[in-house]
Amino acid sequence: MSGVTAAADGIEQAVRDNSIRLVDVRHAEQYEGGHIPGAASLPLGGLLEAETPEQIARLAGEAGVGDGTRAVIYDDAFGALASRVAWALEYIGHRDVLLLEETYSGWAAAGRSTGTGGPRGASERHSVSVQPGLLATADYLESVMHRDGTVVLDNRERLNYLEHHIPGAVSLPYVTLGGEGRILRPPGELGRLLDNRGVPADAEIITYCGSVGTLSGLAYYALKSAGRSNARLYAKSFKEWRGLSKPVETQADANYWDLSAG
Amino acid sequence: MDAELERRAEGGAPDWARHEEADEFARTVRLFRAGRYDADSFRRFRLQNGAYGTRMTGDYAMVRIKLPAGEVRPEQLERIARLSEQYSIGSAHFSTRENVQLHWVVLEDVSEVMRGLAGVGLTSREACGNTVRNVMCSPLSGVCPEEAFDSTPYALATARFFLRNPMSQNLPRKFKFNFTCCEEHGMARIVDVGLVPRIEDGVRGFRVYLGGGLGNKSYVGHLLEEFTPEEDLLHTSIAVMRIFDRLGDRKNMARNRMRYLVHDMGWEKFQALVLKERAVVKATQSVVTSLQVDARPAEVRRPVSVTSGADPEPAGYQRWLSTCTVRQRQPGYRAVFVSLEAGDITSGQLRSLAGLVRDHSGEGHARAGFLQDVVLRHVHEDDLPRLYAGLVSAGLARPGALTMASPVGCSGTTSCNLALTNSHRLAKEIQKKFLEMGLDGHDDLRGSTIKISGCPNSCGQHGIATIGFYGGGARVGKDMYANYQMSLGGRSDGGAALGATCARVPAKRVMPVILRIIEIFREHKSEGDTLGGWLHRLAAGAGAPGMESVSDVKRAIEPLLAPPSKEEDPDFYLDYGSDTGYHTKTGRGECAA
Repeated sequence: MSGVTAAADGIEQAVRDNSIRLVDVRHAEQYEGGHIPGAASLPLGGLLEAETPEQIARLAGEAGVGDGTRAVIYDDAFGALASRVAWALEYIGHRDVLLLEETYSGWAAAGRSTGTGGPRGASERHSVSVQPGLLATADYLESVMHRDGTVVLDNRERLNYLEHHIPGAVSLPYVTLGGEGRILRPPGELGRLLDNRGVPADAEIITYCGSVGTLSGLAYYALKSAGRSNARLYAKSFKEWRGLSKPVETQADANYWDLSAG
Repeated sequence: MDAELERRAEGGAPDWARHEEADEFARTVRLFRAGRYDADSFRRFRLQNGAYGTRMTGDYAMVRIKLPAGEVRPEQLERIARLSEQYSIGSAHFSTRENVQLHWVVLEDVSEVMRGLAGVGLTSREACGNTVRNVMCSPLSGVCPEEAFDSTPYALATARFFLRNPMSQNLPRKFKFNFTCCEEHGMARIVDVGLVPRIEDGVRGFRVYLGGGLGNKSYVGHLLEEFTPEEDLLHTSIAVMRIFDRLGDRKNMARNRMRYLVHDMGWEKFQALVLKERAVVKATQSVVTSLQVDARPAEVRRPVSVTSGADPEPAGYQRWLSTCTVRQRQPGYRAVFVSLEAGDITSGQLRSLAGLVRDHSGEGHARAGFLQDVVLRHVHEDDLPRLYAGLVSAGLARPGALTMASPVGCSGTTSCNLALTNSHRLAKEIQKKFLEMGLDGHDDLRGSTIKISGCPNSCGQHGIATIGFYGGGARVGKDMYANYQMSLGGRSDGGAALGATCARVPAKRVMPVILRIIEIFREHKSEGDTLGGWLHRLAAGAGAPGMESVSDVKRAIEPLLAPPSKEEDPDFYLDYGSDTGYHTKTGRGECAA
């Protein structure tokens, strides 16, 4: 446990004890084809279609996540989808949410149990208490991005960043965050990376990625695990930023794309 | 015996790393960013650790990973793959000097790359700066039918001796050793110290070539003496470096490679100094100063072969077999050359390659080649179809690795501060086109090469190419276009020679000009001629009447060279890979920092 992740060991017992609600955020078909026994299905796609916090709360409740439930979320995409769902739950005021430290594939490859059995227990009701401090809107980002003490993190791959990014943003590709079969590296390693980059422990950090805040959602939790808790997610990310014709920066005078293979 | 040799004696693989250097680098970057380290000192420190500058920005570095003697193990390829995804652009680049480069690494992340490399025994230490650069060895050493003996252990021992050695830390300029297998496979005469193994009266030794090198001005190396016995190898190397250290030009950065010293002093005088200095070295060096040559024969085991279900003749197999593999001196085995796109390989391909090395190479590791390529050796002939199938699924089975359809192209304007043109993309475009045309299959083009540099400084080794190019700019009125200086007839074997300057060729005319030269060659060639041999004769002015010299070639291609107006052909004024108007733009070079 690093504060934001839950160890795979003990999950099965916790599900049996009903002390956690395990949430599978993959596509519904993938869930139906096999999942961690006892997990509820809350696909990211459905959650992204929800337009209001109330709709998110309803989906959470239907998945058996009530106000006081400890939710443990997993996906099969290096933790990025799980992170985005976890963040949405926090955003509507849920306080007890963790990411499973490994992906569904990792879980299955380790020989742990999988099956098609659904969750025990009925749906819950989830209240709404929006936490605006977790979200960065485009306007908010634009108002603080040049401020001392604010760091904007771009979690897309390096080539995308070089091509264009939000002015002043720092490139930290999502692949730097995980490794060795874990969705997040140990907090000490993540902390060292951020220290090297000169990201102060008390900085306000805004993360963004390409479109819906998944890669940057993972970064949001990486920051929290490394003790950088003053973080916000720019959930609509670079796709919206471009759509709004906000300013961008580019790495000029170099044909970096021609250096990539494949 | 030092600790490293003890470890190897116990069966361990070479470990070039020092873990503490990553922390030291991270600390120094922080001091530099905090303004507590001046820019010049920081640059020297950065280069000493193998982090090179990047085009038009101080925020990124290129990390140059040394592969001494070209050797790279599967787990090292996998680690490089991972590091490229985390800290670079998801691809790595094999250079012409058996380095692997990660480009566009954030300066603050270089220490993380170093840490990751150290975990698998790799280092970037002294890959740049005024040091002994990666010690190269022919990718065929140990398997070449022509070699006197395998020089690989000597290359590794030389690399081991000079790495972090105080005498290699502050030379007037960079210093390069190339070991090779035989005269034909070459590259010994275009480097500061080139060594060709040779046995005389049952004694192992080398032919040592000194003072060669490619650059803004290139020279071919001189033979020190007919035979340098093995026991004199280290003394000779130290003597040469001491003379260079003492007499090399430390002021004029443009002329401080050893080849200029040799040229200015004259070969005979330099030669005499080296021989005299060697006597001093021999008399004064401690007896414990010696090369720790690991003389154990390399262990070669054929990996367990699962032949069931393998198609003995997959599509394209024969073409690949004839243009990408060579027979080893060990009967029944071949060396397989994997051609990359001007040296570029994706992280996924690196992982696939690692698996293929494990499954098919009898020595369990791969070698970097001279041509931005990778070589798997000790592959049993029965296993070749399966290896081919594996390369196909990895997208690594391009034919023509050993032909002029695989041009060398330095990184050019993709990342280099000095580049004037996108030589890298041009090399890829030529490869694509020539493979489509099937030029790799033409016997009379065998052994010929195309090499492209983005500026006169020769990282693309254009001087030794059959057809070589280096980039520059030209203009019509106020409109600029990318333009290459073309040289013809260079070679890097025992008869090493620099190509003869022929003409300036606009970037967008390079391919038509090469094709036209091939046509002219076929109109004029004699029985059994190859393009390389024919152009080499022309470079010496010794062609046949009607086509005697490169000036005759120039006349024949001239109609292709005239620039059209911008209205007629706007594309002419764009360099490869660019959709905006061409202009030359360079930053400060760092080779001589």
